[in-house]
Amino acid sequence: MADLHPDNPYARDRFADPATQLTFPPEAQEKFEWILSRYPTKMAALLPTLHLAQETWGWISPEVVLYLSELLELSPATVFGVVSFYNMYNQKPVGKYFLQVCTNLSCMLRDSYQIYDHLQEKLSLEPGATTSDGKFTIMEVECLGSCDTAPVVQINNDYHEQMTIESLDQLLDGLK
Amino acid sequence: MQPIRVLSANWGKPDSMLISTYVDGGGYEALKKALAMTPEQVIQEVKDSEMRGRGGAGFPTGMKWSFVPKNAPKPTYLLCNADESEPGTFKDRQIMEKDPHMLIEGMIISGYAIASSPMSYIYIRGEFYYAFTVLEKALAEAREKGFLGKNILGSGFDFDITVHRGAGAYICGEETGLIESLEGKRGQPRVKPPFPAVVGVFGGPTVVNNVETLACVPLILKNGAAWFKGFGVPKNTGPKLYCVSGHVRKPGVYEFPMDISLKELIYEHCGGIPEDRKLKAVIPGGASAPMLTADEIDLPLTFDAVMKAGSMLGSAGVIVIDESACIVDSVWRLSKFFAHESCGQCTPCREGTNWMESVLDRIERGEGREHDHDLLMDMSENIGGKSLCALGDAAIGPVISSIKKFRAEYEYHFTHKTCLPGTRRYRRLGMAAVH
Repeated sequence: MADLHPDNPYARDRFADPATQLTFPPEAQEKFEWILSRYPTKMAALLPTLHLAQETWGWISPEVVLYLSELLELSPATVFGVVSFYNMYNQKPVGKYFLQVCTNLSCMLRDSYQIYDHLQEKLSLEPGATTSDGKFTIMEVECLGSCDTAPVVQINNDYHEQMTIESLDQLLDGLK
Repeated sequence: MQPIRVLSANWGKPDSMLISTYVDGGGYEALKKALAMTPEQVIQEVKDSEMRGRGGAGFPTGMKWSFVPKNAPKPTYLLCNADESEPGTFKDRQIMEKDPHMLIEGMIISGYAIASSPMSYIYIRGEFYYAFTVLEKALAEAREKGFLGKNILGSGFDFDITVHRGAGAYICGEETGLIESLEGKRGQPRVKPPFPAVVGVFGGPTVVNNVETLACVPLILKNGAAWFKGFGVPKNTGPKLYCVSGHVRKPGVYEFPMDISLKELIYEHCGGIPEDRKLKAVIPGGASAPMLTADEIDLPLTFDAVMKAGSMLGSAGVIVIDESACIVDSVWRLSKFFAHESCGQCTPCREGTNWMESVLDRIERGEGREHDHDLLMDMSENIGGKSLCALGDAAIGPVISSIKKFRAEYEYHFTHKTCLPGTRRYRRLGMAAVH
C-alpha cells in the first residue's frame, strides 16, 4: 500500500479495506454455484461472477476484487487485470440510471453527438461522472449493435432507440 | 431482386421466440434428420452447400469443421460467436432475439457433427442483455423438450449450451480473443498456430462459428445442400442477412440471396438517401472494410466480388455516408473506435491506432500539417500485417481507402483549415477524445 503516492487518485480506490468482509447473499450464492458447474475450470467463471457481483453491489470495488480472487483461487492482480480490461465492469459506483450513448459512425451520422452533448448540458455532467443525487451517470460508448435504430442510448440493461432530444427529455422525466 | 424470408421466416410472428412457433414452422426436424446421419455425413452436407462463415472472414464452414482432429486427448468444444460488435452490424442480435431456436438447433447439429463435448458456449456481448434473457428462456424450453441434455432424442448424444456474457470488448469477437475471454482472462488474441481447431478453449480442439452461420445449418440439413446453393452464385451461396445503416431512408436488416447488388440494396430496398442527397461513400462490410465510392457500388454483395472491388463483405454491415458528411470526421470516428478497442498487446496496433486517431483529429480541427495524409499512409504500412490479429489491418482499411479516394477533401482541410463546403462535422470540436 505504501508504493503509491498519496496524491495518486487511485491510491485510496485500488486497495481493499481489510475490515470489510463481503459474501454473496443466498440467492447470488446459488447462482454462483450454478455458474461454477457450467465450466471445466474455476477461472472461466470469472466473467460471469463479476457480472453477478456487479448486479449485487453495483460496482466492482477493491473489496469485490479481493473476495472474488479468494472464491475463484486467483490472484487479486489477475482479477483486477480482467476488471480493468473490460468496459462493462464499473471501477467506481455509477448512478441509478447509467446512460450510455453510442457515438460510433452509424449513430454519429444520425446526430448522436447532439444527444450526447444535450445530456451533458442538461445534467451538467462530465462524461463518466455521476450527479450528486446519485441518479445519473453518462458515458460515451462504442457501437451497441443497433445501428438501424440510431441514435441509441442504453440505460442500464435496456436499449432506447431512434432517440431525439425531445424523446430523450421525455424519457429522463420518467426516470425517478 | 425480391427480398426473401428464409433465415427471417419467423421474425414477423408475434411469439417468434417461442419453441412452439419454431416447431410449428418445421423447427427441430433438421435435428431429427441429422441425428439419423453420421457426423461425417452432416459435415459433408455442409461442405456441399459451399456455405462460407457469416462472421466476417468468409471461411468455408464445412472445411473448418473437418480440421478438428478425430482422436484428440481433450474434449472438442463448439463455441458460438455472438459478440457482434463490428460497427454497422446488427443481424445476429435479430436472430437471437426473434428466433433463438434456429441458433440452438444449429448448435446441436453442429455439435453432433464435430463430436463436441457435452457442454458448448454462446459467447454473447454483454450489452445484449435482452437477447441473453431470450436465449436463456429458449434454452430452458429446449431442455424441457429433450432437445438439449443427455441422450438427445434417443441418439446417445449428450449436449448442452451455456450462454456466456462478455463485458464490452470488441476484440473478443476475434476467435482466439473470444477463447481467452471464455477462459476468464483478458481477451487478448493468441499466437497462431496452433489454430483453435487443434488447440482452442480449455486446451481442446475448438470450432468457433458465427450466429448466422449456425442458424443456416438447420436450413441446409432440412432442405439439402443443393437447395442452399440455389441462393447466390457458386462459392458465395445461401440466404444472407444484410445490415444497412447510416444515410438511408429505411435502415434495417434485409435478407437476400447472396448476390444482391449494393446499388439496388441502397436505392430500391432502403429507399435511397434522405432528401435525395448524393452518395459519397459506402462501407460494405462493417467498420473494418475499406470504403467504396459512389462509382463502385454497382457490384453484387458476394465475398468474392466485394474483395475484387478492393474491400470486403465482412459481416455485411453496410454503412452509407452521403455527400453532407465530412469524410475526415467519419474516418476519425472509426479510428477512435479502433484505438479504443486495440487490446494493447502488439505495439504497432496499440501505438499506431492511437496515433492515427490524433492525426485525423488534428486534420479535422484545421491543425493538420501538409503531409499528414502521407504520414497516415506511412503509419498504415507499419501497422498492417504487423500484429497478431486482424484488428490492426482493420484499423487501416478506412484510413487508406479514404485517403486514396478522397485525397482532395483531405487537402482542402490543410489549405483552408476547415471542412469542404457543403459537408459537416457531427461533433463539437471542444470535446476531448475519451478512451
